[in-house]
Amino acid sequence: MTPPGTQDILRVLPELAWCSAGVLLMLLQPFVKNRQALTFISMLGAAAGTLVTFKAAFGEGFGGLVQFDIFSLFFHWLIGLVAFLVILASDSYLERENLDAAEFYALILFATAGMGVLASAQELLTAFIGLEMSSISSYILAGYRRDSIKSSESAVKYFLLGSFATAFFLYGIALVYGATGSTNLRTLATADPSSNLVRLGLSLILVGLGFKVAAAPFHVWTPDVYEGAPTPVTALFSAGPKAATFALLLRIFATVHAATDFWFWAFWILAALTMFVGNLGALVQSNIKRLLAYSSIAHAGYILVAMAAITTAKNSDSGLDPGAAYAAVLFYLLSYSLVSVGAFTIVSDLGGQGERYVNTDDFAGLGTRQPFAAAALSVFLLSLLGLPITAGFFGKLYIFTAAIKSKLIWLAILMAINSIIGAYYYLRIIVVMYMHEYKGNVPADAPASLSPTAAMVVIVAVLATLYLGLAPNHILGIVLDPNLILSGR
Amino acid sequence: MTAPLIIFFVLAAVAVFGAVSLILQKHPIHSALSLIVVMVALAGLYLLMGAEFVAAVQIIVYGGAIMVLFVFVIMLLNAGEEERTNLSRLATYAGIPLALALAGFIAAAIARSGGYLPAPAPNGALTSTKTLSMLLFTEFVYPFELTSFLILVAILGAIVLAQREN
Repeated sequence: MTPPGTQDILRVLPELAWCSAGVLLMLLQPFVKNRQALTFISMLGAAAGTLVTFKAAFGEGFGGLVQFDIFSLFFHWLIGLVAFLVILASDSYLERENLDAAEFYALILFATAGMGVLASAQELLTAFIGLEMSSISSYILAGYRRDSIKSSESAVKYFLLGSFATAFFLYGIALVYGATGSTNLRTLATADPSSNLVRLGLSLILVGLGFKVAAAPFHVWTPDVYEGAPTPVTALFSAGPKAATFALLLRIFATVHAATDFWFWAFWILAALTMFVGNLGALVQSNIKRLLAYSSIAHAGYILVAMAAITTAKNSDSGLDPGAAYAAVLFYLLSYSLVSVGAFTIVSDLGGQGERYVNTDDFAGLGTRQPFAAAALSVFLLSLLGLPITAGFFGKLYIFTAAIKSKLIWLAILMAINSIIGAYYYLRIIVVMYMHEYKGNVPADAPASLSPTAAMVVIVAVLATLYLGLAPNHILGIVLDPNLILSGR
Repeated sequence: MTAPLIIFFVLAAVAVFGAVSLILQKHPIHSALSLIVVMVALAGLYLLMGAEFVAAVQIIVYGGAIMVLFVFVIMLLNAGEEERTNLSRLATYAGIPLALALAGFIAAAIARSGGYLPAPAPNGALTSTKTLSMLLFTEFVYPFELTSFLILVAILGAIVLAQREN
């Protein structure tokens, strides 16, 4: 029991930066009324959290509570980038909807810090606090448009179901602690896989985390929450918390052998269910936010396929290298997050005041009215579909290869079927944008073009999507490491 | 059966009774009062395990402060009886069997794990308030400090959601 020192602080620098930026914004709120200045400060804060990772030290901190490794570094970059883009995209949204900026940005930064905690937590209680920081900020952000009934509904639903999921997660931790006397993943690594209590605890943990990543059958909240929340917040939900929760899931999974053995069928079934629920649900949606919400469920399903592949690869007599499957998950999360933030930013900006124009019909004729927005949205949709030269292609390819190598032929077939179902509704939007005429006159209050800040976000997301689709090797070189988790620089 | 075991079962039964009553009561104020029963019974269980500090905090914070807030909010909102909809009836019929199944599942897992839980307290006994605070400020200082940010987020949320329209 030694008091923490500089070395410990160096391992949580990003969280420190994000939390400080959040507090700074709360302090500035009474004095700074200029929204753009606040946006700028928050973006600096989000970037600072990511940039201080250069100064952060690798290794364990706080007696094993946190582990800062390349894995965690990757997620800190991803989360910081998402926060940065979401804040930039929110600027015009907050102006249009006449919402307070300082609290909004502070909540985003606190949520980001929570996700950062999740990405490097190596102990379940620390992870729990991180999960709660990110979740509670998310509940509030979902209900930020207080004059909208849908937004309030979204917040209440998310809060009630989220608390329920948190209870499962906590109960799981309690049972695991009861069986082993520890909540540290390094100690749990050697937990007896045949113990019923350990298995039960791990199952409950999986239920809790499954809710947060919107895996079926724990996905019921997703469409309503994504639809009701302010759209930039939806962009954050679909990228940040999802990636951070997957990070924790991967770390538990990679460290605790009892989980690796036990979770295989759980992942198999979750993956198959999630893909079908997401894609079939998306087929019948006319609201584009709900459609993207179902698509987000489907993509969580694809990632779960890779998780199932890791299970088989980690089995010592398979002779496979789980590194490729880890890399597939990380690459997929990165490509999906960028595309999702970009797509939701376009939807947010074209929605008009009060988010009235968010049906697929409202996008008719967009190709001639707003060529830039239509082209960018097409790139994102094609990436979600998994077409070559976009990031989504390599993401899907890596997961598919990992599944085949792990001899998960059936799961790979289900994934292929689902990609085909997905093609229908992604292409439908593109067809509507380019080949349908707008019925009647375009309403006068519909936005005529993207706002400059939103356009910047969209350009960054498009460039990143194409870059990952043309030259995936750079990112892959970083994440393709069999000892990714626990490895230093 | 030894005395602590008898006390344990009595307290556990009271806690379960309170929790079930909390869900079944139709009027929010009755639910809130049932919750107090659960909190106090839990405090008794903590005391039985030798965790005096946690027991005291449980009574002061949960049984006292938080419950007063609950009751005040219910009074201020003047909340009436719950309404039943078709969906909530459906939830009853589907929920009760599922909840019983989950409870049975957990009970079976605990029963099959040898009848007792080998839960060793890390770093010696956690009984005294001194060791507890030592742990909070040394080994677990990171989650402890993060909790303060968590509370800050909750305060911020209360302000954001409750402030007057401008």
